[in-house]
Amino acid sequence: MPRVSLFVTCIIDQLFPQVGLAMCAVLERLGYQVDFPEAQTCCGQPAFNTGYREEAGGVARHFLEVFRDAEYVVIPSGSCTAMIRRHYAELFAREPRWREETERLLPRIREFSTFLLEVARVADVGARFEGVVTFHDSCHGLRELGIKEGPRRLLAQVRGLTLREMEPAEECCGFGGTFAVKFPEISGGMAQTKIEAIRRTGAEAVVGIDSSCLLHLRGVLSRAGLGIQTLHLAEVLAHQ
Amino acid sequence: MPRETVLHKVRTALGRSVGQAPAAAPEARLRIPAVDLEARLSSFLRRIEELAGKTHRAATPEEARAYVEGVVAGRPAVASRAGFLRECGITALPSVRTGFTSAAELRAACVAADFGITSADYALADTGTLVLLSSPEEARMISLLPPAHLAVLPRDRILTGLDELFTRLPRPAEQTSSMVLVTGPSRTADIEQILVRGVHGPGEIHVIVV
Amino acid sequence: MRGAYQEQIVATLGNRGLQSAIYKASGRLMDHRRHAIDPAELPDFEELRAQANLIKQHTIENLDYYLEQFEAQVTARGGQLIWARDGEEVAEFVADLARRKQARLIVKSKSMTTEEIDLRKRLAPHGLETVETDLGEYIVQLAEERPYHIVAPALHKTREEVGEIFSRRLGVPRENEPEKLTKIARAVLREKFLAAGIGMTGANFLVADSGAVVLVENEGNARLSTTAPGIHVAVAGIEKLIPRAQDLAVFLKLLGRSATGQALTVYTSFLSGPRRAEEIDGPEEFYVVLLDNGRSKLLADRDQRQSLYCIRCGACLSHCPVYRKIGGHSYPWVYSGPIGAVITPQIQGLSEAGWLPFASSLCGACGEVCPVKIELPRLLLELRSEIQRARSRQGENRWEKLAFRLWAWVMRHPRVYEMLGMAAAAAMPGEESGNWLERLPGWLNRGPLKAWTSQRDLPPLPERSFRRLWRERVKAGRS
Repeated sequence: MPRVSLFVTCIIDQLFPQVGLAMCAVLERLGYQVDFPEAQTCCGQPAFNTGYREEAGGVARHFLEVFRDAEYVVIPSGSCTAMIRRHYAELFAREPRWREETERLLPRIREFSTFLLEVARVADVGARFEGVVTFHDSCHGLRELGIKEGPRRLLAQVRGLTLREMEPAEECCGFGGTFAVKFPEISGGMAQTKIEAIRRTGAEAVVGIDSSCLLHLRGVLSRAGLGIQTLHLAEVLAHQ
Repeated sequence: MPRETVLHKVRTALGRSVGQAPAAAPEARLRIPAVDLEARLSSFLRRIEELAGKTHRAATPEEARAYVEGVVAGRPAVASRAGFLRECGITALPSVRTGFTSAAELRAACVAADFGITSADYALADTGTLVLLSSPEEARMISLLPPAHLAVLPRDRILTGLDELFTRLPRPAEQTSSMVLVTGPSRTADIEQILVRGVHGPGEIHVIVV
Repeated sequence: MRGAYQEQIVATLGNRGLQSAIYKASGRLMDHRRHAIDPAELPDFEELRAQANLIKQHTIENLDYYLEQFEAQVTARGGQLIWARDGEEVAEFVADLARRKQARLIVKSKSMTTEEIDLRKRLAPHGLETVETDLGEYIVQLAEERPYHIVAPALHKTREEVGEIFSRRLGVPRENEPEKLTKIARAVLREKFLAAGIGMTGANFLVADSGAVVLVENEGNARLSTTAPGIHVAVAGIEKLIPRAQDLAVFLKLLGRSATGQALTVYTSFLSGPRRAEEIDGPEEFYVVLLDNGRSKLLADRDQRQSLYCIRCGACLSHCPVYRKIGGHSYPWVYSGPIGAVITPQIQGLSEAGWLPFASSLCGACGEVCPVKIELPRLLLELRSEIQRARSRQGENRWEKLAFRLWAWVMRHPRVYEMLGMAAAAAMPGEESGNWLERLPGWLNRGPLKAWTSQRDLPPLPERSFRRLWRERVKAGRS
């Protein structure tokens, strides 16, 4: 049986463990043997984005060591995947050894929805979810990894699910990592625009591939008293 | 000295020395599509109409003159000294003044005129653009000061687009001090993004192709 | 520093009318652009972007050569090239020229470069009247404000506000319709055009092989400024150069579409030198002022100098979700939006506007739409890193740096990470107990946590992390 290693990301590990379990369930349903290297922690993105490259580098090296021998690494986050796929090269610009490590690992790293479509080559994972949802295009996934159609193809196969696109779909939710706490008013303002768009669709839930966006949107939705749920794509696909 | 200081700073930053030849430039990219005259003509006219310009296809120079006469309707007009306008008999129309060689007189006439009439050196089919080169025959102000501009040109001057223009005219500076591409009437959306025509240049334009 | 702008940001966010105006106007510009670059309209858009990037990269990397070629050509065509290290030298030249030619009125068409050096203010003490002739710029000039957006300077003004400004400053009867307001401006400015001694413009492009200045506009004021007065002065940054007239076939297809969604703007002027002897009209004298003002400093950094490729289309502003919330006046310099966030610290120094590159969620929309493919998100990230290094040297980010050091240490020690996670989860009052944040002692609820909760709720930490659940699963022997 083919093996995949989960990199659940620190935010899912600590705040949304059910997403990790959901991803696990889907992969096992498809016949994969799933493992979880316990030494994993973070990809280093928070430090990198805040301008602390040295600190980020240490964490990134740890990541590479943990997953060095993985057959496949599956990540339920567009931004973490993009960090590794796009920014590790910048981080290790002057460290050829770690650049090489990154190069060696890259072909085996995939964001979750991409893994399902490109490696597992399935769009129908046997899911059922009754309800109307809308989809949020997380920026890093969208612009750095080209993730747009993929999740929609997967959702189209979910029995009982109706997808209503929000307008605008591609505008940033306002999380942006430490931006959310360094510029809270702007971050909140951007989220207000987003939840307005979500509300207009009449959807019961907003689905996304990035838990950081969902954490932020969930917080704003709940503060606004709107009963709209936030769900990771994995949770929808695991649903039966 | 500012010149030496700036150049020195630039060279030092780039790691280049005085008189050093540049690296090879990327080749100029000019792709001229194959579009026949009739297709160019109809694209040209359609684009102008999309921009709220008026167009007229004249079968003959006389027809062009008649159209212009109809639009001008005896009101003050200034025409350039373009040979083509003379051929069409437009410069001979009653209220049309032409033949100016003094900038001051020309300006005064343009300020008083309701119409400015010019030909065009080239036209661009894909954008509905007139290409006007300043010359002894074509002064700049005629297509600029009066509130309406009429341009009369023969159809064979219509090129496919910018690529063809810059292929024919790789160094416009050798020909003229001013080459202006005119695409539709003057406009602005500076107030509440509402479109208004005729800000400083002509708000009305007629293009007649013979 | 950030303080002054924080107020402006909060004020703009709180002003519904203004918010709506900025959002709608930028939204429209985005839509127009999208239609104009549709493959049916422009099939080779991506190819053109790549080519434009290559041309700009080549020009910047060989800038000294092209500057000299440009100078030789301008001179050969009867014009004069002036070199200016900074705004003061530009003002000195213009004031001196005006004095020699006894010109007291200058008509000016839109130029971000002249805004950058506050040229109007510098010229005022010399007894020179400088009138902005682009309608949007004219409005903000009368209102004594800075332009709000690169291509829509008066984006933030309603028609009533414009009507009020006109009637107050021009003494004309109060009008509220855009059409009527435009007619008023046309009449007032026409007199200025015809009376002015000097016409001043910027330059969208400087063409090295022709000694030419290229001006792109919709109203006709740049044409009038360069036709009616006897003297034309173009002020442009040294980075505006492109090698050949033929390269305009690439750039002109990108500029209008990216800025306003137009295949070509109404007027594109290609001007080289004063009028030729046999031509009938046009300026008798032609000057191009090349401005450095800190640009040469950037050239040394291979990555950072990409910002010099900018053709000032404004697309990055219109697409930036941050700009769309806080508007042009929330930025400390005349250049706003993502390009402003990059060049302000680059040119004015890292300490001046060090907060700017952090005022971004790094969504990447700017880089996606830039017609010359400047890697704006990457430049923002690099600037953040440089700024933290600079702050570190000044001892300014001690606590934050320490926090990230600790964080990184924890992240390299999985068992410590796990223990901390468990400790935090155990300290949680439990999911059923309502708003757990309200129960936090005041001393904990500050800094980042307070910033977070000022805008949104935070779920309590689940009792068991994924890794704990995973272990339980394994123990239970999953099927």
